[in-house]
Amino acid sequence: MITKRIIPCLDVKNGRVVKGVNFEGLGDVASPVELAKFYSDCGADELVFYDITASAEGRKLFTDILCELAKSVFIPLTVGGGINTLDDFDRVLKCGADKVSVNSGAIRNPSLVEEAAKRYGDQCVVLSADIKRVDGVFRVFAKGGRENTGMEAIEWIRRCVGNGAGEIVVNSIDTDGVKGGFDIEMLEAVCNAVSVPVIASGGAGSIDHFTHLFKTLPKVDAGLAASIFHFGEVKIAELKNELKKHGIPVRI
Amino acid sequence: MIAIVDYGVGNLFSLASSFAAIGAEARVTSSEADLKAADKIILPGVGAFGDAAEKLRASGLDSVIKEEATKGKPLMGICLGMQLLLEKSFEYGEHAGLGLIAGEIRPISDVIPADLKIPHIGWNALKFTKKASPLFKYINEGDHVYFVHSFYGANCDDSVIATSEYGAPLTAAVACGNVMGCQFHPEKSGNVGLNILRAFCEM
Repeated sequence: MITKRIIPCLDVKNGRVVKGVNFEGLGDVASPVELAKFYSDCGADELVFYDITASAEGRKLFTDILCELAKSVFIPLTVGGGINTLDDFDRVLKCGADKVSVNSGAIRNPSLVEEAAKRYGDQCVVLSADIKRVDGVFRVFAKGGRENTGMEAIEWIRRCVGNGAGEIVVNSIDTDGVKGGFDIEMLEAVCNAVSVPVIASGGAGSIDHFTHLFKTLPKVDAGLAASIFHFGEVKIAELKNELKKHGIPVRI
Repeated sequence: MIAIVDYGVGNLFSLASSFAAIGAEARVTSSEADLKAADKIILPGVGAFGDAAEKLRASGLDSVIKEEATKGKPLMGICLGMQLLLEKSFEYGEHAGLGLIAGEIRPISDVIPADLKIPHIGWNALKFTKKASPLFKYINEGDHVYFVHSFYGANCDDSVIATSEYGAPLTAAVACGNVMGCQFHPEKSGNVGLNILRAFCEM
């Protein structure tokens, strides 16, 4: 039985993890390498690193650090942020990334998903979609959720899967940051539309939210979150024990 | 020295890093002399079987690998590398493998229920077969490893040393004497994976 994956997400800027991270017993909480090891030891099933650097120097630093952490962390690594071309795929895959997440890059260049899937395989291409309800319709947003593309989200996701996206991260802008639970309605709509793995993101505030997610939508494959893990509000080991108690398959 | 065969298929960075992490000397190489000098050989691989088999043949390393394995040198295939050890594959056509282990590669859609997702991607538990393998001496039955695959080893019979349940028991690892293979990625399977590589290093 395949287990449900728990995935912490780390934003990296100029080689450092941003969004406060607050852990006891961790020397340098802003070091991506130390944090990656910490999460790997806690039982994280996969790690996502978003490069939110704007400068070329920052980007170079990000790839150097990725190489460094891939030398000491042996669980799957997904990298996103600033992925606009096949060269960007190449750059991060060579440094030890296993999957590459595209968002705005796929919106700007509709053939990016297809070209990347052809070259690196479907399993390597993750489509990350920022989605928000506008007048009752799910719309895709670009540029970190600031710009409404006008595209209908389910149709967009279906098209990207048809082009070879091997996994979908559904970021609900409506529930993000609210800590009131995942966007079950939105996730269900995506799960019903595609047959590739779906990763839920946006809204987790407690262990119960993960339990509710996997019980309500057994088709969801993974839960992703950032600050609640970073601040220790939800501890991964406790979360997985609780999921196991509820009969949800997890790796412990 | 462990030779990690580089025949232009996939990224070998994590694999080389895994061996470094357990203190083993490993070299990513496409040199025939290295394969001959090595104590052990790792055959990696990702992508499509036909394409990889063709690249391996074009490199001329296929015959070297077979020769060394026949002489008794420990050889481990990983993911598509494991699949290449078998006799043939039915992934987009029919392609010959190295034939070092009995069996053939078939789509997992042949055996799993239609409502399960393909590829089989994520962490799954290992179930050992009756044949105890030294490859698993540092891990336990039920330990989880990381899979990404849409095709599996069928009719491997006695060579199967572990399976994983995904609507059907899928071949997770095979061994026949000094030749063995893992369908999963030990280099992405945390400490369990590193312990499998450690056991291989001690063979």
